[in-house]
Amino acid sequence: MAGETRKKTRQPVAEGKAQGNGISAVSQNGHSAATAEDGASEPFVDYPAGAYTHEELGISDDETRAMYRNMLLQRRFEERAAQMYGKQKIGGFLHLYIGQEAVSTGSAYAMEIGKDSVITAYRDHGLGLALGMTSNECMAELFGKVGGSSRGKGGSMHYFKKELNFYGGHGIVGGHIAVGAGIAFAHKYKGDGGVCLTYFGDGAVGQGSFHETMNLAALYETPCVFVIENNEYAMGTATHRAFAQPDFYRYADSYGMPSALASGMDIFSVYKAMSDHIAMARNNRPSILEVRTYRYRGHSMSDPANYRTKEELDARKEQDPIIRLKGYLLERELASNEDLDAADAEIKQEVMDSVAFSEESPAPALPEIYEHVYAQTDYPFLTD
Amino acid sequence: MAVLQFREAIRAAMVEEMARDENIFLIGEEVAEYNGAYKVSEGMLDRFGAGRVIDTPISESGFAGLGVGAAMAGLRPVVEFMTFNFSFVAFDQLVNNAAKIRYMSGGQYAIPIVFRGPNGAAGQLAATHNTAVESLYSYFPGLKVVAPSNPDDAKGLLKSAIRDDDPVIFLESESMYGLKGEVSDAADYLIPLGKARIAREGADVTLVAHQKSYWRALEAADRLAEDGYEAEVIDPRTIRPLDIDAIAASVRKTNRLVVVDESNPFASFSSEVACQVQERVFDWLDAPVLRVTAKDAPAPYAKNLIEYYMPRTEDIVAAAKKALYAR
Repeated sequence: MAGETRKKTRQPVAEGKAQGNGISAVSQNGHSAATAEDGASEPFVDYPAGAYTHEELGISDDETRAMYRNMLLQRRFEERAAQMYGKQKIGGFLHLYIGQEAVSTGSAYAMEIGKDSVITAYRDHGLGLALGMTSNECMAELFGKVGGSSRGKGGSMHYFKKELNFYGGHGIVGGHIAVGAGIAFAHKYKGDGGVCLTYFGDGAVGQGSFHETMNLAALYETPCVFVIENNEYAMGTATHRAFAQPDFYRYADSYGMPSALASGMDIFSVYKAMSDHIAMARNNRPSILEVRTYRYRGHSMSDPANYRTKEELDARKEQDPIIRLKGYLLERELASNEDLDAADAEIKQEVMDSVAFSEESPAPALPEIYEHVYAQTDYPFLTD
Repeated sequence: MAVLQFREAIRAAMVEEMARDENIFLIGEEVAEYNGAYKVSEGMLDRFGAGRVIDTPISESGFAGLGVGAAMAGLRPVVEFMTFNFSFVAFDQLVNNAAKIRYMSGGQYAIPIVFRGPNGAAGQLAATHNTAVESLYSYFPGLKVVAPSNPDDAKGLLKSAIRDDDPVIFLESESMYGLKGEVSDAADYLIPLGKARIAREGADVTLVAHQKSYWRALEAADRLAEDGYEAEVIDPRTIRPLDIDAIAASVRKTNRLVVVDESNPFASFSSEVACQVQERVFDWLDAPVLRVTAKDAPAPYAKNLIEYYMPRTEDIVAAAKKALYAR
């Protein structure tokens, strides 16, 4: 893939053919598509919603059903987490991913879990579950219990799972982007063939760390895909209010990297785009993939999201990625309504079981406060 | 033993460790083609190649973060800051990512990384290029901070820092890179982190001092000896973890303590030592713990001002005599 896509103009290149009522990722947010320019620019590829079928992408029927289940698990998990937050079982901040599940699941199916690496920001429940973290360890982490993935030391914003090469879960906007480039650097240094998928939101693009890292990654040709999950709002600030140039994929041009737009409302768009970008990364060609997505909830639990209209939210919910895939499964007779209802019931039970697990899991013992600060086991802490 | 400059001792430590473990690499501004802004890494590009001695653009936040990610993924980066004054644009990477990821991951990820480079004042460079950072970085649990005073310690401590599985801030000094001293060439010459060195024994007053201040303290001890007072000089070598036991033991003997530190005085290394000493050995103290530090102001440019600003030998002598109630 590397090299193959290098072209001299910025005309969007339609990947696959738009079908049916396909929604272009470009037009989705009302942003203009890139215009042709003179000079040596990187290619820009559009992966519109509705343009792909699972057969065309080489995804089996079973995998397609599993993708649905994977997305639904994230949705049900977070709905229950929101309820538990309301019951004060969960403290701190809780940032929900609801609406964005096609991004995590589409990626998880495009990558090689265990060989490739993933790092993301604080809206991390979806990716953690998509990669294979268990509902139990995820819910218990929110509860601050030792059964949690970080033994209750990280909380909602800091999921980590080393066995899955999941590098977190990071709470400082933009701070982990350079870390992602470093993980990719290590893949190349060790020659293990892995790539690092580095996720962050639109708000992180305003941080210096983003721009420094794009330059370093391109300069060192690290096997990295930088995935901008553009959900249109950085907390309460719409992208057009925060960025002089809000078409984020266009930043790639400044760093000599390829870029593309995918629709976060269609899992096949994400899957296809991620597959192509991972293939580039395997040839040490870093790239930017902007995924246009949408979060239904506020920035965090305390945010009523008064900065957007109900009409806008309703319109986006009509494109819901889970409902979309459900319709696809039914239309193609890959699953019946009964099958899907049964899957939903199983998932709901799994999530309820995780709540019970978290309730029963003990709180960390007080001496754990000094554990995992250092690798050194006899560090002389200043204790009481 | 061989006589080496401080910079050569640092280089020897890196070269020996990189020869031993191919997961170690050096990255920073001007470390490769230019042979190091202060020639610390001279010849290392030729020896190890561009894959392991890596030049960066001026992007401290970017390459410090890259180092953290590489360390999480199993490599052992040595990240050079041209000076630690420039580490402030990478502050988030050091104090959030390097220091806290092990903790927030419940111990899943280790961050075996060394950030090294010159620290503190280096003459008439004015305020932004004269910051001593040990007080700042040692504030953060999760980091270790090492500040050697002589070439031999520099080598033994850097080798230990590189082998340590925790993130280490390793502080050097522009004005000490040419300092010569006997350096061990023993294989695996490792000085453990967190162990102070008693540089001079004495029974009358304890002077705790590191890096440039250490040399001022030795001069002060000589002058005090001329007046009949024997100072004990302790070089902490590591700021975090601090060998407070060695300092407390000395205070039990001398009953008087002067802490010399080129940090600014407020909420600093010297205030930490003073606090811990009064907590542990209050009953042994015959005088208040005194401090000789940089002044409580940004570093000035003018020659007379910067000389006055830094801890001077005469300031240390005066403080020691005050602690001794001597004239």
